[in-house]
Amino acid sequence: MSPGTAMIRAIRSARTQCEERGVIQRECAAIRAQFRQADNGGRSHNLAKLLYVHMLGYPAHFGQMECVRMIASPRYSEKRVGYLGAMMLLDEKQDASLLITNSIKNDLSHSNQYVQSLALCTLACMGSAEMCRDLAPEIDRLLRASNSYIKKKAALCAVHIVRKVHDLGELFAPAARSLLAEKNHGVLHGAVVLIIELCERNPETLERFRKTVPDLVQIMKGLVLSGYSPEHDVAGISDPFLQVRILRLLRILGHNNEGASDAMNDLLAQVATNTDSTKTVGNAVLYETVLTVLDIKSESGLRVLAVNILGRFLLNNDRNIRYIAMTSLQKIVGTDHNAVQRHRGTIVDCLKDQDASVKRRALELSLALVSASNVRSMMKELLLFLSSCPAELKAHAASGIFNAAERYAPSQRWHIDTILHVLTTAGGDVRDETVPNLIQLITNASELHCYTVHKLYRALLTDISQQSLVQVACWCIGEYGDLLLRGECQETEAVQVHADDVLDALETVLQSHITRITDNVDRIRSIVSIYGSCIDVELQQRAVEYNALFKKYDHMRAAVLERMPVIEKNSPGHTNGESAGEAIKDIQPAKIKQGEPLLPPQPANQVHYIDTDA
Amino acid sequence: MQFMLLFSRQGKLRLQKWYVPLSDKEKKKITRELVQTVLARKPKMCSFLEWRDLKVVYKRYASLYFCCAIEDQDNELITLEIIHRYVELLDKYFGSVCELDIIFNFEKAYFILDEFLLGGEAQETSKKNVLKAIEQADLLQETKEQKVKLSILH
Repeated sequence: MSPGTAMIRAIRSARTQCEERGVIQRECAAIRAQFRQADNGGRSHNLAKLLYVHMLGYPAHFGQMECVRMIASPRYSEKRVGYLGAMMLLDEKQDASLLITNSIKNDLSHSNQYVQSLALCTLACMGSAEMCRDLAPEIDRLLRASNSYIKKKAALCAVHIVRKVHDLGELFAPAARSLLAEKNHGVLHGAVVLIIELCERNPETLERFRKTVPDLVQIMKGLVLSGYSPEHDVAGISDPFLQVRILRLLRILGHNNEGASDAMNDLLAQVATNTDSTKTVGNAVLYETVLTVLDIKSESGLRVLAVNILGRFLLNNDRNIRYIAMTSLQKIVGTDHNAVQRHRGTIVDCLKDQDASVKRRALELSLALVSASNVRSMMKELLLFLSSCPAELKAHAASGIFNAAERYAPSQRWHIDTILHVLTTAGGDVRDETVPNLIQLITNASELHCYTVHKLYRALLTDISQQSLVQVACWCIGEYGDLLLRGECQETEAVQVHADDVLDALETVLQSHITRITDNVDRIRSIVSIYGSCIDVELQQRAVEYNALFKKYDHMRAAVLERMPVIEKNSPGHTNGESAGEAIKDIQPAKIKQGEPLLPPQPANQVHYIDTDA
Repeated sequence: MQFMLLFSRQGKLRLQKWYVPLSDKEKKKITRELVQTVLARKPKMCSFLEWRDLKVVYKRYASLYFCCAIEDQDNELITLEIIHRYVELLDKYFGSVCELDIIFNFEKAYFILDEFLLGGEAQETSKKNVLKAIEQADLLQETKEQKVKLSILH
């Protein structure tokens, strides 16, 4: 048993956190002692043990200098662990990281490519800007004159350098260009990644690399049309990783450029039509193709093809595919609105998906797709969605529905019905600002006041838990109570509403802003006077005011309590005035926050086969 | 790619590879929160999630979660393929790999990852070539003649 294995076993057999800490402490003490000793051939094992301890979350900074020493060792086994340690324990913010610059420099020129590889890997992983500046010329040299194994690593190292020190991009551009002629896939892939990085950072470089479009098209053609290549094949696709990269580079080069876009048009159509979409890997390539088509100056036919691929994705059984389809469609719903509209049905179906992120995407898209011609059917779906959607989406859905309703309502009555529906379904989640908007809307629909107040009253009778509903309902009853009592209403069934019932309802809501009901003044007065000694200041104030209105100023009551004028949308004092049905205090239903459960711990049944369900 | 994490269903970290410079404290915080977020997801849910300002792609293989944070412009689907390729490499190397292999041979898991990805990007797209390189490097480690002469290439 290797020393590492013994230690890991010891740690794992600890039954409590405390016990584990004890084991770790003992082991670290031993490791530290070993570090201090002369070279005993076991140095790499010691450092490896320390790295394991570090991964468990324990401090390991005392190993940093050991990493530096190991990297400088002539033994490959020690270099290997030393560099690994450097990547784990040192980052560019540590002073110790500078100490390895020289070792890296030496190892970049080592006669053994596996040593060179260690240096390249470490530099690309954690090289600071200073180290990058220092070693950039070395990397450039390796890009030009080395074997494929080293070239592919040098290319990605150059990518890291450019990310750290932007102006070094210029240094690598010529070498990157010539790498496109290589046959080795690893080198090609690295070259394309590097060119993408250079083009994204410098528009002039981008201009120069546009000339490579024909070469890139050729390479892609080779990949797409080539026969079976066992080395790079993934489920029938030849080197999907390289294909995806090239497509991305083409996207960057074709963006906003007619010439480049034309040159790649046929190829993109070919890839879009010929790529097998039965597995994820094919869809990954198709996805990248679609992104490219939609971002360059492509022919309209090609664009339609791309959107149709997204439409097919929406029907895919794989939830991941549906999700990314909607993400992409969201990006183009503004520019290619009609094309996206064609897939409206499928998108609306996704509202019923089990996954909350898919639901969210579907909601966004659905709201964006509401138009004058489809508003009735879309609203039906959206209201259905609202009644069962997850809590975190309710507020957004409600306000989205309100906005859509406002823009496209085919009739005022439909609009009011929709509002009522939202209030009864999700009144508790409606944002506060919407209440005054709704009231303004209602006052504007003067022929429907009777209808509205009847419906609101009925809703109030069934449910007083939805705050905004109650607010709007009470306000309307306050304003149009006389219409309510009149009993007749064109749009709803005639029901005799008695003043008593209305009073009961309002009393139930702890509120007493009745202004229109002229009989039963005494009952009203008695209710109001009760609230004259209410603990709540606002209610008390209002009660006293109304009482005064009844007593001292009874002769003015009729005038003061005249019907409110129609509210102008942007008038000051938009908040309801005297007779308004103001805030019902705190009739919000309790919102219980569910703690999300972690998966339950399983017994440590370790002999698993990796299930490779791609 | 910004980072890759491997963790068990109990949230125990089995591998962490960071391609962006962050302090130990930040890494711990990110790890803790992200692990919690991923573990809370139900089995049939999407493999993608938006977390802070990152796109996260994850997939569970038996008792291990493989979790990558990618940039906004990266292709989520190909990232799933990258994860799968890494699992295949581990499987080929260890012979029907399981979590225990990765626990007891974590340096090997890192070495394999470092032959497949470099600086957060795929460096070799041929499975065969990655495995060959690892094999050669292992051999080099094993040779009795361990003292490798330092020489400068022209």
